Amino acid sequence: MLELSWLLIAIPLAGAALLLLWGQRSDAFGHLIATAASAAAFVLGLVMFVELLGREADDRSVTSTLGTWIETARFHVEFAFTVDQLSSLFVLLITGVGTLIHVYSIGYMAHDERRRRFFAYLNLFVAAMLTLVLAADYLVLFLGWEGVGLASYLLIGFWQHKPSAAAAANKAFIMNRIGDVGMVIAIMTMFATFGTTSIAAVNGAVGDVSATTATALGLLLLLGACGKSAQVPLQAWLLDAMEGPTPVSALIHAATMVTAGVYLVVRSAGIYDASEVARTFVIVVGLVTLLVGAWIGCAKDDIKKVLAGSTMSQIGYMMLAAGLGPAGYAFAIFHLLTHGFFKANMFLGAGSVMHAMDDDVDMRHYGALRRAMPITFATFGLGYLAIIGFPGMSGFFSKDKIIEAALAHNLWIGLGAMIGAAITAFYMTRLMMMTFFGERRWRDRVHPHESPSVMTVPLIVLAALSVLGGALYLGNWIGDWLEPVAGHAEHHELPAPVIVIQLAVVALVAAGVALAVWLFRSDVPDTAPADTDVSILTRAGRHEIYTNEVNGVLAVFPVRYLTRFLVWLDARGIDGLVTGTADRIGEASQGLRATQTGYVRSYALGIFGGALVVVLGLLAVTLG
Amino acid sequence: MMLTVLALTPLVGALVLAFWPRSADPRSAKAVALLVSVVALVLAIVIALQYDPGAGYQFVEEREWIPAIGAHYALGLNGIGLTLVLLTTILTPLVILAAWGDRLPDPSRTNSYLAWMLALEGLAIGVFAATDVFLFYVLFEATLVPLYFLIGAYGGAGRSYAAVKFLIYNLVGGLLMLAAIVGLYALTAEAGEPSFLHSDLLGLEIGEGTERLLFLGFFIAFAIKAPLWPLHTWLPDAAASASASTSVLMVSIVDKIGTFAMIRWCLEIFPGASQWASPVVLILAVVSILYGALLAIGQDDLRRLIAFTSVSHFGFIILGIFAFTTLSTAGATLYMFNHGLSTAVLFLVTGMMIARRGSARISDFGGVQKVAPLLAGVLLIGGLSSLSLPGLAPFVSEFMVLAGTFTVSRPLAVAATLGIILAALYILLMYRRTMTGPLAPGSEGVRELDRREVAALAPAVVLIVALGFVPQPLLSVIEPALGPVVAAVSDGDPVPTHPVEAGASEGAHE
Repeated sequence: MLELSWLLIAIPLAGAALLLLWGQRSDAFGHLIATAASAAAFVLGLVMFVELLGREADDRSVTSTLGTWIETARFHVEFAFTVDQLSSLFVLLITGVGTLIHVYSIGYMAHDERRRRFFAYLNLFVAAMLTLVLAADYLVLFLGWEGVGLASYLLIGFWQHKPSAAAAANKAFIMNRIGDVGMVIAIMTMFATFGTTSIAAVNGAVGDVSATTATALGLLLLLGACGKSAQVPLQAWLLDAMEGPTPVSALIHAATMVTAGVYLVVRSAGIYDASEVARTFVIVVGLVTLLVGAWIGCAKDDIKKVLAGSTMSQIGYMMLAAGLGPAGYAFAIFHLLTHGFFKANMFLGAGSVMHAMDDDVDMRHYGALRRAMPITFATFGLGYLAIIGFPGMSGFFSKDKIIEAALAHNLWIGLGAMIGAAITAFYMTRLMMMTFFGERRWRDRVHPHESPSVMTVPLIVLAALSVLGGALYLGNWIGDWLEPVAGHAEHHELPAPVIVIQLAVVALVAAGVALAVWLFRSDVPDTAPADTDVSILTRAGRHEIYTNEVNGVLAVFPVRYLTRFLVWLDARGIDGLVTGTADRIGEASQGLRATQTGYVRSYALGIFGGALVVVLGLLAVTLG
Repeated sequence: MMLTVLALTPLVGALVLAFWPRSADPRSAKAVALLVSVVALVLAIVIALQYDPGAGYQFVEEREWIPAIGAHYALGLNGIGLTLVLLTTILTPLVILAAWGDRLPDPSRTNSYLAWMLALEGLAIGVFAATDVFLFYVLFEATLVPLYFLIGAYGGAGRSYAAVKFLIYNLVGGLLMLAAIVGLYALTAEAGEPSFLHSDLLGLEIGEGTERLLFLGFFIAFAIKAPLWPLHTWLPDAAASASASTSVLMVSIVDKIGTFAMIRWCLEIFPGASQWASPVVLILAVVSILYGALLAIGQDDLRRLIAFTSVSHFGFIILGIFAFTTLSTAGATLYMFNHGLSTAVLFLVTGMMIARRGSARISDFGGVQKVAPLLAGVLLIGGLSSLSLPGLAPFVSEFMVLAGTFTVSRPLAVAATLGIILAALYILLMYRRTMTGPLAPGSEGVRELDRREVAALAPAVVLIVALGFVPQPLLSVIEPALGPVVAAVSDGDPVPTHPVEAGASEGAHE
């Protein structure tokens, strides 16, 4: 079975191709085909996972080759796919959460006349994401990497008639391309250094090269990871990406695609093991992003943007963990999986709320929704408990392990991660209070109602996973499972006993919750206070720490003005020189002009005719 | 005789069309043109199927032509020539099909419009097959004439100016090449028999200074044709005034003569001078990449935008050629084919937009996706291939060019890689402004593609996707042909610093 990993990709890809080529005739049932394709991939993935479970630990990496992509004397790339401990977990996450979101979208997009196209793009995304995680070669990984970028572009801008959606789609693609420059240069460096871009070969041999090369590779890949995973400094596209339909935000911009950067770092463990400097950069990027994302989450009133800030922040945790090396790789993936469950759950819950509130995303217009939408409230509530790390929920285990590993590495980084946990508790409680508790602040003619079961069933499943996901850590299962890929985690000395750390984190979380409950218990204004009336921290958070303005000054305006200047220069300067010369010649030949007809085309025709006669004549002579 | 027959087929077709009765149903002339171009395509496919990648020049024909100066009528195809002949014969039927509905300034001249296209196809095939530099020169110059008429007589506003500019620019280049050819004659005559045969010129002993002068004569002609910055300014004007079909013939096919000839006549005949010039050429190529891309971002005319993207793409091709590695030169040759396809799609589909809207200004469009989703989809695929999205044909060639260049000069390869950000900008900004948002006033009439238009676009789109995943059929033909070229200009490809056998270290990470 494991040799058939390409089928995992082929099934959803065929679904996408079928829906796009079949056209409008498949409008009526296209969504069913797409959902079936995703479900089939999940079943296949599950079968493969079970087969892996049955194998010996050192026999769980199976690489199979579908065919050759590029073959030249010096460079060889195959469509080879690896099923192993790491990729099989991703396959389950992508196809499992993916299928739930397909089901949910049947209800969510029921009234969209372009629903078939939406499902085609979802299938395309699943295929590309599976390519990314199954690839055995960095160039094939890059194919999936840009493929998910394309799907993300198409889906963020799905409602193309909205200029804001089209702008957000462009922003996402272009910022990702900045990261992709890093990826491309990294892959070229691999080729120049090792003569191959095979992931296994590169990571196996990177220990033999100079530290400079290893560091360069690590930093270049990190640049790519920052783009895809919305990490500082390439994070600005993610909040705008919320323009896409909410199921897209749940699948692509929370559970799967944005975690690809974390996957890349863990998959490139050999490279990061070889460079302390690169690892430090990964930690710093993760720590900064986890705080910045949480900060933004505190200030936004748009429910999706709060969740988007939260996503950045949680991926920051994963990055931080991945930067810790073998001590953190498994926990990065653990948190990635639990986050995939609870964040998809909450995004879909937010979609359910928006569905009930006529697509209003402003939490200041919500309030007291727990009675009107009991299932959504209950499932969202479980996701909430999971993300803040309520003891016993999945997020408790996964985040706690990252904090412990960070503390063992460096006290300050660990403290930063702990503060992040407190802020997370604050902004998520704020979201819960403003949405489900307090008084009604609904707009006129809004009549909230629970969503249909096609939407609530996926919510219930994801809520259950949010609660139970911590089971992956039972007996350190996930650490043992990933050890052949991620390396052995040395036991590190902690600055305090584990139970003390856990209690401290719980206390911080409780403080965050209490503060938010107290602040938002009642009297939430239904319009946002003006920027001038809020603290400087809130103002900065609302404006996403002014990163869009910074990008404008550093990149957008320079390119814009350089472009305008060059357009001017091209017409005046370079071409001006040419046409100027032509004008002088033209003036000089005024005198000759009288003797000629002045039609260049008649001259040209004459030249051509003459040449043709000569050529044909000579040909006739020669051939005859 | 295969190649002569192949080149003569469209030329004869052109002659037939030139005398086709004007009173006849215009559709009959179009049908003849399409039929002739399809016959040429079939012939080219037959040739491709018989071609043996490892056997050097094939289908060779050689006859004395003008014994007094040693000129031969000599044809032959290697893998590079075959690739471009295929490109020419694949695109011509599509172009004719797309030109079916062109509104010409003088509708009664449809016959000659199509005749010039066929004439251009025949001459281009001849250029790619010529193995005698004198014959090459004659055909090279001859391609100017059909193009001059196609731009000047059948284009849009500003066509006369653009046509004259095109002609003068290219004639200047041709003049320099003629001077170099006379120089070659003198050299070979001095050495014994005068000859222009490629095979005779290969072993020619040339003094350093002379070689550099002769190289420049050829190179500048080809750099104008390609075009390389700063010799590019004729192209945007020509593309903006020509019909979409003419633009495809010009940019996708005829401009490739420039880059094709750089390999055959610059690198192979003047290897020393090519090495001497390469630092400058590489820098000019990188400037072309970035400059063309930035200029494309700043355009409001769809056709000028595509012309500038081509300046950028030709920069990649020339970069790959003058990096002198097997990987980069093979990538550059593959790039010529792929760029031909993607640019054809872009020119043709925007031509259809322009014909419907009556304007080429990007700002006159908006929200077209709503009324013509299929047209929007084709524009997007063409655009994505232009920005080298992996999975579409140009990616493979662009990566090969960049990776090969990287082994020779890291700074230049890194600078060129920045082009991929700019490419995303020029394509996606254009797509956003024309296709998304609310339907702009005046764009309601941009109707969906009809069947003929789909038939003209679909083959190129299918090829772009197919070659994105399976480039090997072309690569296996191209790469062997570049072995001798690279051997002539370099001491062999740089080897990896820490070579690893791919697959040898399966699960090597402990």
